[in-house]
Amino acid sequence: MTELLKTARNTLLEPVGIDDQDLDRLMRRIMDHQVDYADLYFQYARHESWSLEEGQVKSGSHSIEQGVGIRAVSAEKTGFAYSDEFVMPALTDAASAARAIARSGGDTKLPKVSWSSGDAVKLYVPDDPLATLGDEAKVRLLEAAEAEARRQDPRVKEVMASLAAVHDVILVVRSDGALAADVRPLVRLNVTVIVEHNGRREQGSAGGGGRFGYGYFTEDDMALGYAREAVRQALVNLESVDSPAGTMQVVLGPGWPGILLHEAIGHGLEGDFNRKGTSAFAGRIGEKVASEQCTVVDNGTIANRRGSLSIDDEGTPTQNTVLIENGVLKGYMQDSLNARLTGVSSTGNGRRESFAHLPMPRMTNTYMLAGQYDPKEIIGSVEKGLYAVNFGGGQVDITSGKFVFSASEAYLIENGKATRPVKGATLIGNGPDVLTRVTMVGNDLELDPGVGTCGKDGQSVPVGVGQPTLCIDGLTVGGVEV
Amino acid sequence: MSNTIKSVSDQSEQQLTDLVEQALAQAKQQGASSVETAVSRSQGMSVTVRLGEVETVEHNRDKSLVVSVYFGHKSGSASTSDFTPAAVTDTVRAACTIAKFTAEDPYNGLADREHLATDIPELDLYYPWPLDMDEAITLARRCEDTARGTDSRITNSEGASVSSHEALEVYANSHGFMGSVASTRHGLSCAVIGVEDNGMQRDYWYSAARDAAQLDSPEEVGRVAAERTVRRLNARKISTRSSPVVFEAPVAASLLSHLTAAIRGASLYRKASFLLDHLGKQVFADHVRIHEQPHLRKALGSAPFDNEGVATKARDLVSDGILRGYVLDSYSARKLGMETTGNSGGVHNLTADSGTYDFEGLLRQMGTGLLVTELIGYGVNMVTGDYSRGAAGFWVEHGEICYPVEEITVAGNLKEMFRGITEFGTDVDLRRSTRTGSILVDHMTVAGA
Repeated sequence: MTELLKTARNTLLEPVGIDDQDLDRLMRRIMDHQVDYADLYFQYARHESWSLEEGQVKSGSHSIEQGVGIRAVSAEKTGFAYSDEFVMPALTDAASAARAIARSGGDTKLPKVSWSSGDAVKLYVPDDPLATLGDEAKVRLLEAAEAEARRQDPRVKEVMASLAAVHDVILVVRSDGALAADVRPLVRLNVTVIVEHNGRREQGSAGGGGRFGYGYFTEDDMALGYAREAVRQALVNLESVDSPAGTMQVVLGPGWPGILLHEAIGHGLEGDFNRKGTSAFAGRIGEKVASEQCTVVDNGTIANRRGSLSIDDEGTPTQNTVLIENGVLKGYMQDSLNARLTGVSSTGNGRRESFAHLPMPRMTNTYMLAGQYDPKEIIGSVEKGLYAVNFGGGQVDITSGKFVFSASEAYLIENGKATRPVKGATLIGNGPDVLTRVTMVGNDLELDPGVGTCGKDGQSVPVGVGQPTLCIDGLTVGGVEV
Repeated sequence: MSNTIKSVSDQSEQQLTDLVEQALAQAKQQGASSVETAVSRSQGMSVTVRLGEVETVEHNRDKSLVVSVYFGHKSGSASTSDFTPAAVTDTVRAACTIAKFTAEDPYNGLADREHLATDIPELDLYYPWPLDMDEAITLARRCEDTARGTDSRITNSEGASVSSHEALEVYANSHGFMGSVASTRHGLSCAVIGVEDNGMQRDYWYSAARDAAQLDSPEEVGRVAAERTVRRLNARKISTRSSPVVFEAPVAASLLSHLTAAIRGASLYRKASFLLDHLGKQVFADHVRIHEQPHLRKALGSAPFDNEGVATKARDLVSDGILRGYVLDSYSARKLGMETTGNSGGVHNLTADSGTYDFEGLLRQMGTGLLVTELIGYGVNMVTGDYSRGAAGFWVEHGEICYPVEEITVAGNLKEMFRGITEFGTDVDLRRSTRTGSILVDHMTVAGA
């Protein structure tokens, strides 16, 4: 970790001449009021994106986001201000604005800022991903994906591909004296195709990424694989018929369909909603909320995953948190504020979109552990139902517990066999009871390819999901065929 | 005092203008044949009170510079929040570097000179609110107190918020265009939770305006939030059926946003729209008129020029049910062999003309069917028009609301749904840049138990 601290210091503090004494001065200014906890969040992030359409990379962009978020917490009150200038007068102003939440007359005896912080495990290589491939090669990579998509089938009419990377350097300075740093790479490649046959048009989309350099897309021809997958999905959709409407047995495929868990269970188990009693899961720890076959975790510690973090945005190392064990609700996901107010420890889920946003409890990689059934056996057990293998986005009302997620590739199940593809339909259910109706859990756990972004209170953060094949007895399918 | 919002316009208009000129000059120096840049500065405050106590006080202060350069028909863009001369130089250089690697595209470039706004109308969008923290807390408290006191079934709260923001934006390009817009946006919102036998429900209400004097009173916002929450209690699931649907005004705007997404230039030249080649064709029933009103004074969606400096103008997108125009910027217009419609960055005060019925009248017109008050999820396919979203609302019989419903979906195809719109209500929601009353669609599939 000392190496990361050095990088963060060199990137964030040294160029602008801010030293330990300045940090101490800022912290004292805040704690001069009756503040229980405060933190400073320094960030420097570089983003780039390249996009291809009509066979050519016609646009690219580059952006730099930098600033310092300053937070002061007094009991349940939070004061927050930020500055996009790394200069002491602006930071002092922000500190004054943040502390105004509390009365003056605080205890300024602070623990000494210690540059030796905890030794969190490094889950990714702290290199700048933008520099892992030449600009010329980035353009070639997108062109190769485009050509691969077109090579698959003459019905491919349009191909759009995009490549993006972020190099994010953060430093957290806390009023308890802890200091933590992280250097976070993140890359993503996406391919969308439109196919046409006999006047009918359909689309397919695939992609992936994670916390590493661009080399991931060139090794093993990952980028070409996304192109082939996007075409496959689009061609399946060309054959699709109207989806049935009503409540039926639904089998969800492995991997990305784990968005079910993110929406149905995950958000409802975030610490803020439960402290406030606004979640349908509030006060239910120890209760049975799922079939005994279900064990669900939120695990931020998997190397190189899109949803993983060595430390969260409050400097707490991430962990593998058991949310549901053999059907019983075990715990919530916590940031430091909600943990302190409810007398538990942070689970390393305090995340924020950037320095300009307040941290709150957020998911990392949320997934269900493997069960015992062969996926073929699961589909074989269903006489009539829906088999959904790919999804777009989802959403949840955490208070009523109702959640939705929309299929982008699905099939009818007739007499134990997946048969005709059906048009994407939205599935809707009730979070607190949907997992009680899980009848079979497959032995084929998969995590998603690294495409998830979660939105909450207007803040977006990268996340992961996963699950084995699941059978749910009675989920409402929002098709048009009555 | 850092707890009071200072005006952004007087202190920084000159600074932003200087910066814009610096960026244009730098780009020319680095060999760009043309360049455009947008610089903005914004600041504001938002305060949330929950269960009578202050929960958060957030101060926002942002700035950004975006520059796009063209080397002939090759382009690149870059942005930064650092306004120091060195950072501006680096940003322009980053944009120029990208332009070296992007492909020649004959449609790339600035807006054509003749479309640029020459006469910039004053739209009355700037009403700073000298609101201090204590005053904001008091307003939020009044709002939440009213909500919590409205009904004994309101047992919990997500809080009430008061926010005030102001921004100054300057856009310039190497055709010699420079324009600036100062604007404000203020809001009051409240979300509360109610409980009855079969569980909890949450709903919210808000008010938003350019001028704080036009905000609804905190008591009004709180009362409506509470009523909307309470009326959802004891919701049930209904059986799967086909029925007419009324989309209540606050969610009806989403249907118009699907229309604009389908007729925007990028969807059309990519052939990724269910309304491809529909210009001049019947898309809605005869009675429907949908138009843009970019110059409405004080309105939330007003703008004198678009993101490329192109003059915005009032125009019909749909009249007599026929699609009259697309939503284009310069690039997509050139690709389609058309002219820009001044919509780089979106549409301005898109308005669906109301029919004769108010909300109650619309329910009576529907007779028996579903009233949708909330939509969740993203089940809309713009290529095919297939539509399937999660919904909550009320079952209506003989024009009267009978009981709340939830855990259902509404599905159809947007092409048929648009044709099937029989009424736009007079209950227009003015809180957003898309203006429509409630919408009655003749039939959709409702999936439930």
